[in-house]
Amino acid sequence: MSNEKVQAELAKYEASAEKAIARFPERPHLPEQRLYTPLDIKNTDYADEISFPGVYPYTRGVQPTMYRGRFWTMRMYAGFSTAEESNKRYRYLIESGATGLSCAFDLPTQIGYDSDDDISQGEVGKVGVAIDSMADMELLFDKIDLGKVSTSMTINAPASVLLAMYIAVAEKQGVTPDLLKGTIQNDILKEYAARGTYIFPPRPSMRLITNIFEYCSKNVPKWNTISISGYHIREAGSTASQEIAFTIADGIAYVEAAIKAGLDVDAFAGRLSFFWNAHNNVLEEVAKFRASRRIWAKVMKERFHAQKPKSLMLRFHTQTAGSMLTAQQPNNNIIRVALQTAAAVMGGTQSLHTNSRDEALALPTEDSVMIALRTQQIVAYESGLADVIDPLAGSYYVEALTNKIEAEAWDYIKKIDEIGGAVAAIEKGYIQKEIQDSAYKWQMDVESGAKTIVGVNKFHIKEESPKNLLRVDASVGEKQKAKLIEMKAKRDQAAVQAALTALEKACVDENENLMPHILTAVKTYATLGEICGVMRKVFGEYEAHVNL
Amino acid sequence: MEKRIRVLVAKPGLDGHDRGAKVVARALRDAGFEVIYTGLRQTPEQIAEAALQEDVNVVAMSILSGAHSHLFPKVVNLLREKGMKDTLVIGGGVIPEDDIPALKEAGIAEVFTPGALTTDIVEFIKKNVK
Repeated sequence: MSNEKVQAELAKYEASAEKAIARFPERPHLPEQRLYTPLDIKNTDYADEISFPGVYPYTRGVQPTMYRGRFWTMRMYAGFSTAEESNKRYRYLIESGATGLSCAFDLPTQIGYDSDDDISQGEVGKVGVAIDSMADMELLFDKIDLGKVSTSMTINAPASVLLAMYIAVAEKQGVTPDLLKGTIQNDILKEYAARGTYIFPPRPSMRLITNIFEYCSKNVPKWNTISISGYHIREAGSTASQEIAFTIADGIAYVEAAIKAGLDVDAFAGRLSFFWNAHNNVLEEVAKFRASRRIWAKVMKERFHAQKPKSLMLRFHTQTAGSMLTAQQPNNNIIRVALQTAAAVMGGTQSLHTNSRDEALALPTEDSVMIALRTQQIVAYESGLADVIDPLAGSYYVEALTNKIEAEAWDYIKKIDEIGGAVAAIEKGYIQKEIQDSAYKWQMDVESGAKTIVGVNKFHIKEESPKNLLRVDASVGEKQKAKLIEMKAKRDQAAVQAALTALEKACVDENENLMPHILTAVKTYATLGEICGVMRKVFGEYEAHVNL
Repeated sequence: MEKRIRVLVAKPGLDGHDRGAKVVARALRDAGFEVIYTGLRQTPEQIAEAALQEDVNVVAMSILSGAHSHLFPKVVNLLREKGMKDTLVIGGGVIPEDDIPALKEAGIAEVFTPGALTTDIVEFIKKNVK
């Protein structure tokens, strides 16, 4: 049918729809356009904008065969209490068929404090595992072959230190750094904008990140040196378009910083990875994943003139949306997570964490984690969604939505460029304000009923308080402190002191790569708090300014 | 003119999740309260001191990291030590129901968990502020 013909038929359809609506009004709060047709994608050139999997601009996926070769990595984020406890959970996950590890660290670890620090009290081992030194890291990966497993670590401000500990533990296992596979999150910009576990100001933080890029490109070539994260931006309340726009703007800032530090774009860009949220609106999410690949490919090609195909590909991990879990009727969350999983898979994710039903209440129990992992396995093996590549391509709606999200994201990226880039936009509070405004609008929509959340503002029931939640042993803080004191008594103090002094000197010299110095320090069993303490002394600490 | 209710919205501990705190702060402001937000990573001492300096009627704290049972009661105790006996203290976040009785015992007047409406928080403050 020609476009003219479609246009004519569409007019007829609209007239009949209006008649129907006169008798049966549509539900309120729907997207304006009720139907999509070939007219909505008539300007979308297949070769330029959609193309083939594994082919620029990678709208349809980064590999030629996607899940027909192998499924995404089923990577469950876990960690709590002590290294020994978390090690047990990791081994349980591997035995249950998880194909990658993902470490959650407690807040003191994420912010560079030891477990015996005053500020750590009440937080040790709560939201993740407590790591004070390489000794804890040895326990965390006990009986796990670091030459085989791929490990993702959610660590940002002190990412260099945790990576150094991982390299050192692997070395002790007899595994050389060139064999190590995994990811450090290492994305400080979204910490300032949305997640909150920053330590140092932006400049030295960006230096640490480029130091890691450079060190890994030479020594740990299979390691993903950063996971540029929209997940937390979305969790903080952003829209889908804002999620990818702000994150890609952060990505641009990292690439610029590394190029400025003298690195060749193709030497590091292939190891950049992304981290997206899988939210409730299935088709919007699929469009978002597709749009993000297309934008990044264009950014890397047109702005940074990267040559290698790998440098142009946006590879991403996905986590289902924690903020969409409800404390009410927690079993409903299983269904939400299944739909979010479907979106991530139809969007072409490289790895996935599925949240557990009880996470609006506490850390998940083993039973809940098992359901979440089984959700991925059911989608992979039973649903058929993984059998054909990019199955929603060509849908008038999904293609039009992909275009729309891309356009909205470019508008934001342009605005951020005008402000002076992501670092400046964060320092001015622009990105934070945009996210806050969206979060507030969401909450008001829920409260007014414009948005329905099943079990929360509709279909509620009287419920018993949930039983069998996971509780972190209250004595974990004391146990961890005792271990730390014992470890400190056994180590070679002079070696620790010498390593810390050398690190301090290196921090002052901006041309020095800090990674080798940090690696030397962790091998002496210098603690995370001691190492970050040296860096705090030289670099200072970031202070946030909040405009409500 | 009636004196406006003053509220300190605070984030004790190391938790960086402040979506809820910021949404509540803005909703309270829109409801006509005067709102001061502390920002992240506040120690109980800093929160109590800010409450005193700002002469607030209400301290509203949010924690999603599981440190609530350790940190909320500390803030209440410090407020009482500073003579702020009438200050209404409320809390929110990912807080298991089993922990709530002990928090109330420790002087947290009410605990709002995920799914709570900002209008309920506003109503609670209006009804219970001294």
